[in-house]
Amino acid sequence: MSFDIQQVRADFPILSQAIYKRPLIYFDNAATTQKPLQVINAISDYYLHDNCNIHRGVHYLSVKATEAFEEARKEVREFINAPSTHEVIFTKGASESLNLVAASFGKKFLKEGDEVITTIMEHHSNFVPWQIICGEKGAVLRVANILPNGELDQEHLYSLITDRTKIIALTHVSNVLGTINPIKDIIAFAHGKGIPVVVDGAQGVSHIKVDVTDLDCDFYCFSGHKMYGPMGIGVLYGKEKWLEELPPYQSGGEMVKDVTIEKTTYNELPFKFEAGTPNVEGVMGLRAAVQYLKNLGMEEIHAYEDKLLKHAVERLSAIRDMRFFGTALLKASLVSFLIGDIHPFDAGTIIDKMGIAVRTGHHCAQPLIDHFGIPGTVRASFAFYNTIEEIDKLTDAVSRVKTMFS
Amino acid sequence: MTIQEIESQIVDEFTALDDWLDKYDLILDMGKSLPPIDPKYKTDQFIISGCQSKVWLHAEYRDGKVYFTADSDAIITKGIVSMLVSVLSGQTPDAIQSADLNFINRIGLNEHLSPTRSNGLASMVKQMKLYAMVFKMKS
Repeated sequence: MSFDIQQVRADFPILSQAIYKRPLIYFDNAATTQKPLQVINAISDYYLHDNCNIHRGVHYLSVKATEAFEEARKEVREFINAPSTHEVIFTKGASESLNLVAASFGKKFLKEGDEVITTIMEHHSNFVPWQIICGEKGAVLRVANILPNGELDQEHLYSLITDRTKIIALTHVSNVLGTINPIKDIIAFAHGKGIPVVVDGAQGVSHIKVDVTDLDCDFYCFSGHKMYGPMGIGVLYGKEKWLEELPPYQSGGEMVKDVTIEKTTYNELPFKFEAGTPNVEGVMGLRAAVQYLKNLGMEEIHAYEDKLLKHAVERLSAIRDMRFFGTALLKASLVSFLIGDIHPFDAGTIIDKMGIAVRTGHHCAQPLIDHFGIPGTVRASFAFYNTIEEIDKLTDAVSRVKTMFS
Repeated sequence: MTIQEIESQIVDEFTALDDWLDKYDLILDMGKSLPPIDPKYKTDQFIISGCQSKVWLHAEYRDGKVYFTADSDAIITKGIVSMLVSVLSGQTPDAIQSADLNFINRIGLNEHLSPTRSNGLASMVKQMKLYAMVFKMKS
């Protein structure tokens, strides 16, 4: 590990507070990560010095804010290694990015009897939009299964492909199981059949170095707030050839070139998909988050988080009756578990009282939870500011829960 | 006993305890003393759906009083359900409708009754009061 954990933690003031008279341990990073001072300052600096509507005015502030906004787009492009800047669209978050793709792709390319393939491990954000558009178009949604260890059943996925398959929508990393899907292989296979692939990267970008050019994905969607940036900002990367073909998702200011009473022509990329005044403060915060991650280094982050994961699995496995959901070989740094038959709500309530924030429930992935036939799981998801000592405290809390409820 | 008297009894038991985890031990004990609901009412028709834990609630009206039975699949929820049942069961519809149930607040468990808590308890209180209203209108 090449970064100093205490120095890193000092960048996240929220972590140094006490709750219920115990030091806060934050293990709900898959829901949202905390924000470093660099991100918080970028947002307040924007409002203190640069606030202005962008792409419109000729005056000093407008030009300055526009330049910063477009500079941020370049930095995001570089972060995911997208071929060009106009393939980076700013959205509200991964959900909006996925809704945009489902709605615009579906409108143009889906017809009755066509098929869309997704997987049972998707977050609702990459499931419901497809269910809706398939319903509207009379298309069929096919759902690929998982193997018992939480890995995607690739053979099953491939067996679902027919000559009516129009697109495959799958997650890079499962938010419940932590499974890292072999998306590069799947994309190559799909492209061999002429099928585009949209990737939900909400749980991917904060843990793994993402290179959309290398992956060759057609779309990659992610949120700022799950990668140490602000809420309400996200990104849709799309290949130019697709973005040029898709109809606009929303209309309004910014996305138009010419409007007459008779007809409207659309602006060029990326503005065609950015209707209305954008979330400039969000983009400033996201830019700072990208810089922060770049400084730490994605490889270093991945290596450190992997160490946390291994330690958590080792310690928690030693507790009798632990049931883990998702034991894939390639896994992001989260553990999803049940302690015997103890209800996740009960476990989560007591773990919370021990000062530890974990997530309980279905994690917005009901089809997956139903697949396991359980009421939900307890999920502890780690970030690079977490420590081995914190994981030891989680182990103590889990033991305490076990004693209380058995 | 009146609603207020039962509430005070529960509050006394809780205020004797300092540690949060001891309070939860007491809640678990209270769950164990909840009279079982007739299995025929443990169906979707009687379910109060929270986001995370399920609560089943049944009510009947006898001699001017409402009697509740309930259950939950989560033990902490069951404990709080048990408290609510012991406070409101056997009371008149008027008393149930006007109960402010501030004992939950006094013992520091108000977070569990918050509609944002997603455990079904806030809806359970609403449903108990609704039963009381309906029984009153029918009688």
